[in-house]
Formats: sequence, C-alpha cells, structure tokens
Amino acid sequence: MNLHEYQAKEILRAHGVHIPPGRVATTPDQAEAIAREYDTAVMVKAQVHAGGRGKAGGVKFCKTPADVKEKATAILGMSIKGLTVEQVLVTVAADIGTEAYVGIIVDRATKKPVFMVSAAGGIDIEEVAATTPEKILYVPVDVRYGLPTYDAMRMGFFLYEDVKLARGAAKIMQQLYAAFMASGCSLAEINPLVVTPQGELVAVDGKMVIDDNELDRRPEIAALRDERSEEPSEVDARNANLTFIKLDGNVGCVVNGAGLAMATMDLVKYYGGEPANFLDIGGSSNPEKVVNALRIITADPNVKAILFNIFGGITRTDDVANGIVTATKANPLQVPIVIRLTGTNEEIAMKILQENGFSASSDMDTAVQQAVALAKGGK
Amino acid sequence: MSVFIDTNTKLVIQGITGRDGSFHAKQMMEYGTQVVAGVTPGKGGQRFEGTVPIFNTVMDAVQATGANTSVIYVPPPFAADAIMEAAAAGVSLVVCITEGVPVLDMTKVYPFVKERGVRLIGPNCPGLITPGESKVGIIPGRICTPGPVGVVSRSGTLTYEVVYQLTRAGIGQTTCVGIGGDPINGTNFIDCLAAFEKDPKTKAIAMMGEIGGTDEQEAAEYVKTHMTKPVVGFIAGQTAPPGRRMGHAGAIISGSSGTAAEKLEAFAAAGMGIAKRPIDFVELIKARL
Repeated sequence: MNLHEYQAKEILRAHGVHIPPGRVATTPDQAEAIAREYDTAVMVKAQVHAGGRGKAGGVKFCKTPADVKEKATAILGMSIKGLTVEQVLVTVAADIGTEAYVGIIVDRATKKPVFMVSAAGGIDIEEVAATTPEKILYVPVDVRYGLPTYDAMRMGFFLYEDVKLARGAAKIMQQLYAAFMASGCSLAEINPLVVTPQGELVAVDGKMVIDDNELDRRPEIAALRDERSEEPSEVDARNANLTFIKLDGNVGCVVNGAGLAMATMDLVKYYGGEPANFLDIGGSSNPEKVVNALRIITADPNVKAILFNIFGGITRTDDVANGIVTATKANPLQVPIVIRLTGTNEEIAMKILQENGFSASSDMDTAVQQAVALAKGGK
Repeated sequence: MSVFIDTNTKLVIQGITGRDGSFHAKQMMEYGTQVVAGVTPGKGGQRFEGTVPIFNTVMDAVQATGANTSVIYVPPPFAADAIMEAAAAGVSLVVCITEGVPVLDMTKVYPFVKERGVRLIGPNCPGLITPGESKVGIIPGRICTPGPVGVVSRSGTLTYEVVYQLTRAGIGQTTCVGIGGDPINGTNFIDCLAAFEKDPKTKAIAMMGEIGGTDEQEAAEYVKTHMTKPVVGFIAGQTAPPGRRMGHAGAIISGSSGTAAEKLEAFAAAGMGIAKRPIDFVELIKARL
C-alpha cells in the first residue's frame, strides 16, 4: 500500500525528522487559508500515488495566499497518470542549498533492509543507479541489531564532509529506520534531504510503501488507505478478499492462484487476445468469491468474454461451478463465458455446469483460444 | 532417489488441529507420508485422528518422535515464530505453507534459520512432493507420478498445471518443489537446481519462474556454469503491468527490473529450453530426456 506524501511526512515527523510545516487541503479556499496562516512562501503539491508529479504540473511554488488559491484551483481535479488529484499539500517552502537522497528498501538479494544514500538527490534514484552507480552507497542492516551508529555515520560522511552535517544526517538515518520498521514498510525514502543555506537538514519530500501483509497487525497504518485514489473495482475486489488488477483488454479472467492467473493472462495474449484483468480467487473455494468475481468483472464494459481457469487443489471445482450457477441466475450474463475446470471434484463440477446449461473443458489452451475468439466477436 | 524428502521423512505438523492443517494432515497421511507428530499449544497429550500424537511444542515433538521435518499451517502473525521454533528444535527441513507473512519478519527469520544449518522452504508455498514416497504440503498427490523430471516453481497452481500436463503425457517426476512467491524465501531456484544436479534419478528439470526480482536470472547463470542436466524454463507475467503486485508479494516489476523479457533473455543466454506456454514443457522436456 502506498502512502501519500503528507502521510509519510507525518510518520517521519513523529519519529523526529525535521520537516517543514504543512497541511492538506481539498479545496482552493482551504489551501489559501493554510497559506495565510503560514504567512510565507509555500509549495502546493498534488497528493496522488504517481511519480513525476512535478513534470505533470502538480507541484507549484507560491509567494502569496492568492497565488496558492490560483495554483490549488488548477491542481485539484487535474489528472496525473490517470489519477485525479483530490488533495493538495500546502507546505512551507524550504531554501535549498544541496539535495541528497536517503532511502531504505527490503532487498531480495541480501534478504535485509538496505539503505541507499546519494549526494545526487532530488532526482530519480533509479536513474542515478543506472548511469552513475558509484554515487550511491548501499548499507545492509541486520534487523536483529538495528542500524548501528557507525553505519549511520558512514552514510553521513558519504553525504557530507562537515562533521556536524554528517552527525545530523546519521541521526536522520536512524529516525528513518525506526519509522520504516515501526510502520511495516517495504520502502521509505526522503528525497530530497536538503541542507539549507543556513546549514539546517530538512526533509522536503517523503515516500513510504507499506507491505500489505503488515496491515492486519497495524490498524493505524491500514486506516491511512485512501480509497479515492484507487481504481473503484480494485477497492471492491479487495473488500471481497479477491486479488484484482484492472487492465485494458476485453477477456475477463477468473483464475485460482497468482502464478496460474499470470500464465492465463499471458496465454490470452499468446493467442492474440488482451486480458481485461488479473484476478486470483485464492485457495479456498467459497462460492461467494466466484459470485463477487463475476460481479466485478462484468461491471467492466470493455469485457467481451469471460474466461474461468480453475485448477482444483485446495480449491474445490464444484464450489466454483456452484458459484457460477448462483451468480448467473441472479444476474444473467450479457457476454459469453468459457469455463476450464480440472482437479478436485471435477466430475461433480462438470455435472453441475451441464445441468445448468454451461459447457466446460478440462484443457487450458482450448479454453483460452475459445475465449479470445468470442471476445473478438467470432465463434 | 529424490531431493529434500523421501521415505525417511518423519514429519511434524505445526497447526495440525487448524482448518487447513487438519485437512492437509489427512491428505498427507493418505498419500503415505510418515506423519509422526502434530503441534498445537494447549492440546499436548491428545491425538489427531486417534493416531498422531499432539504436543505443545515442536521441541517436545522432536524429542519424543524423532521428527526430522516440519510443515507449518499456522496463521501469518504466528508463522515467523513457528519457523524459528522448528529450526531451534532441531529438524533439518522446515516447510512453511502460510501465505501473508510480513517480509520484515522474514528478515529476522532468514538468518536465524541459516545459522542453524536448517533448510527452509517457503513461506507462501505449496510445499513439495516426491511422487510415490512422501508429500509435505498441499500439492495434490494424484496429479504426480514417479519419473525422471525435477520440478521447481515459485507458484502453486501453475506448478499443478505443468505437472498435470507432464503426467498426462507419461512423463513422471523425481521431486516437485514449490519455493513460494514471496520476496524473501528460504530456498531459491539455485538451491533446488543444485540438488537436482546431484540427484542421480533426475534427468531434466522444469523450472517455472515469474516476474519480480532477479532469482531467475541468477538461476540461469547457475545453469550455464554449474549444470550438466538440461533445464527448461517458463516465466509467468509477460503481460503484467509494472509497479503492480500480481497476487504474490514477490511478483512485481520494479522500475525496469524484474520483467519477463529480462528473465527470458537470461534463460536463452544460458542455453535453456524456453516454454512459451505451460503445455510446451511436454515436448521440450521429452526432447531432452
């Protein structure tokens, strides 16, 4: 789960990181009022889960409250990478001397959280990694011991020659690490970490990504989810305990298991079609899940054919068959459906489907080809 | 011969009285796995299905029964501790089926297990099966048959699909291992490839990877430099959009890395067979046996 900049900053601030004052607004009037209160130059920043906000015109520097109102009017409601801006952060503008990058990510290779720091801040760190990798220092952390001061200082000195700044940066690394662990992050970054002309260290932008598996035990973090910033069908699916990602094609896919779901999408493409979604109904086969899956998929007007691909292991295929029958009785389908079922209780499932006027095959390739042809309007 | 499990595997089931644990305990017993103990705190002294003794701790279970392998079906908040408990109790193999274990928990568990020389498979995996000998986990026994192919995969149902296709075509398996779809797991492709290379019965290997990370690329490098046996690979997620977690926590394209194209290129460079579809494994493996 992605946090908004203002949410990440609140967490970092709570851990002691120095961050310029700021508050969110949902209307231009609110934004103006906040700016009036600060009575100094501010930044107005779009709060959306997308990179490249600045380039898209979603981040503006403003000298007066009237200016803030004008810029907020332009930014609120604008679309950045398909996401509508519902909130702006109004925050006191910092004087920028130098900019550094400080980030921490769970690294698959070392199986540890790894710090990445670079004096080349303010820009895309992936670009720095690709073009000038020597400008990044990587420091893995053994979570059993935490971030030792000597490692934090090593990073501080990598960024700054001045011992006072190095110490200050080292302290920020430890605060960032504490925030990262306390929030169940898979990524946390401060970019840029600014040194002002007065020699102060200030975090000007912050980003946090939370491991979805942490949310059950961190209700205070889970409560930060902003459903307005997500695709409505994905919110609906999550609430129904389905893993769903909307795509642009026209073959709606219902599959059990993430790997098979991806392989099914790939096979749709292989046979010349385009998948409309990724949907994993998961391991346990409750007919209710199938009913919800069909409801979510058929709500997408792009879907021209529905493809079920179920390999019954823990999932009982008769449960899936019953779900299909129940769902289509309540809401008759407007588009053709192709069903592939094999595995646990396959014979019972086939019988249920046949008695209710459905046909099903046990072969994945045949089913996918059929669904692709039907989505194209053929037979 | 086989890898990791065989007829000598003596299994303790952590969470044996839970919904998933009890169901799969029965399935494993029916398959012929030696299930010697179960663990559910507070139910020590009882018996599962009237036969398998239940203990309060893994330590008790290992001491009383000589269990050498553990399989874990406990809910995600308790999974990390369950893995450490098993490793500390002295089993040599721990298989964690549980899905949804926080990755930061795994950063603690991984070094704990490594330092004790214990092999962990998973979490978030279907386990493993040596057809005709032993099954630890949830892979349906009837889709497998003994034979010369080693199978290793990051996914559950996709493994079933490929194994089912192989079995239908009369091609059996030495051992099928599901290593799990999480970003940090105990056993990776290379561990399994190395084991299959050493196993005299394994003549060819089917490997199913997916988008995210660099495990497949490193495995391809290993195939090139260390393997004499033929390996056929597949990557799921060629149509996945970047930046989205495709069900598995580990299946995510980050920036430009972890794409299917990158992984398939590495497979090709290692001289591996490349299955474009799951069904392609049948012909590609047949040609290499």
